[in-house]
Amino acid sequence: MSVQDGYNFAYLDEQTKRMIRRALLKAVAIPGYQVPFGSREMPLPYGWGTGGIQVTASLIGADDVLKVIDQGADDTTNAVNIRSFFRKVTGVATTEQTREATLIQTRHRIPETPLAAGQILVFQVPIPEPLRWLEPREAETRTMHALREYGVMHVKLYEDIARHGRIATTYDYPVIVNDHYLMRPSPIPKFDNPKLHRNPALMLFGAGREKRVYAVPPYTDVRSLDFDDHPFAIERWEQPCALCAATDSYLDEIILDDAGNRMFVCSDTEYCAGRQAAGHKGALAA
Amino acid sequence: MKPAIPLLQVKDLAKFYGNRVGCEQVSFNLYPGEVLCVAGESGSGKSTLLNTLAFHQRPDAGSIRYDLREEGVTDLATLPDARLRELWRTDWGFVRQNPADGLRMRVSAGANIGERLMAVGDRHYGDIRGVAKDWLQRVEIDETRLDDAPSSFSGGMRQRLQIARNLVTEPRLVFMDEPTAGLDVSVQARFLDLLRRLVAELRIAVILVTHDLAVARLLAHRLIVMRHGRIVETGLTDQLLDDPQHPYTQLLVSSVLNA
Repeated sequence: MSVQDGYNFAYLDEQTKRMIRRALLKAVAIPGYQVPFGSREMPLPYGWGTGGIQVTASLIGADDVLKVIDQGADDTTNAVNIRSFFRKVTGVATTEQTREATLIQTRHRIPETPLAAGQILVFQVPIPEPLRWLEPREAETRTMHALREYGVMHVKLYEDIARHGRIATTYDYPVIVNDHYLMRPSPIPKFDNPKLHRNPALMLFGAGREKRVYAVPPYTDVRSLDFDDHPFAIERWEQPCALCAATDSYLDEIILDDAGNRMFVCSDTEYCAGRQAAGHKGALAA
Repeated sequence: MKPAIPLLQVKDLAKFYGNRVGCEQVSFNLYPGEVLCVAGESGSGKSTLLNTLAFHQRPDAGSIRYDLREEGVTDLATLPDARLRELWRTDWGFVRQNPADGLRMRVSAGANIGERLMAVGDRHYGDIRGVAKDWLQRVEIDETRLDDAPSSFSGGMRQRLQIARNLVTEPRLVFMDEPTAGLDVSVQARFLDLLRRLVAELRIAVILVTHDLAVARLLAHRLIVMRHGRIVETGLTDQLLDDPQHPYTQLLVSSVLNA
């Protein structure tokens, strides 16, 4: 497919891309720190990934291979549209294979297939500020970040345990990056939090509406907050994926009928399809 | 007994709002365990003084020196922000008139009490909960209310919860801004009793702002009377209330029945 006439490569003009890259460099230099940037209007609404798209657009080159996922899936509306947008305005190759991609834009998941050095993962972030729930003033949260005053974040976790008997936060689970900045890892399930820790890939986070970018550089320490007597734990399922029998992936629950029947399948469609192609068969596989 | 060093030394303190005077020429020393009451009519600069003393706003003139646990006597103006904020949540407390301003109304009583502990690095849920439960009892709130939000508490309970939340780190100095003003008279009496007991037990120094001379009579060792932003008279509480010298203090005392 050819590049759309009348648009600059990757939609944004070169100055804007440069501005975003400068912000990203700063973000990489200070892991977990939220860097303000001049977020632009994009041809889709806020909440659909405008932050991630701007980060991707500022980084993508003609040789890149792009993969876009939405909640782990390559074939849902958000993923399909963002992928076709970049095909239109850049003409770069796209793929569904995690290993082949150089640039992966993701909404709310980290792929199950381990990432490699040299790959870039771009997250779409709705609300970048982890302390917003506890402190509405921006000036105050910035001071709290600067002074590492993160005790209040534990108030939220305390409240979880007091109400539910365990830490009930299951997504957007707060982490400390590089022993300094408290960070919202975007609404990924906490299942993916351990993958943030010392990941060989560069991970970039873009929030379009809130006009912030931040980053976790390769091999950076990322620690999930917890209590000594209520340690951080990821989700577990009692059954394997119904299609590929995987026991090590994040499963979505799908309601099958009105009689209460349901199935659990991998949220990462590429991982699931790959396992099925390799001969793994789940209970409900065709 | 060895001669005590003042906990807080205030010298020629002033705070202006443009051309208007918030408070000026305020000097006094506060000793460990001492309860000092600041009285005066509304608009006399009491709250301005309290907020300036607590360094919530910077003074325009004068100095405030505090006897820090580690560094010893230090001018607060020279203290880095990080240390000042640490002081606010450890060695100092601030009890507000309206408990909704001093509490997190939407998280449980336990989390409210535990917040300071978590802020200083406590990371054991069971321990934090235990301390919170203990403090609820100390402020005479039933421990079954530990997981209830303060929004479901009565005014008196909220104010007592605010006390517990502030005292949990065993501060040496607590600022109080009209803590009894929103409570009805019977609740006030019980609250003042509790406060007097806790302050004496823990040897906490208190600077308490009030317009109610009865509160001063009950709690304070020493009294400062303010008018138009200045101290008009200061002395031992009983002495000052029984034998006021300044005409304004005389007016204030005579306007209250049986203070």
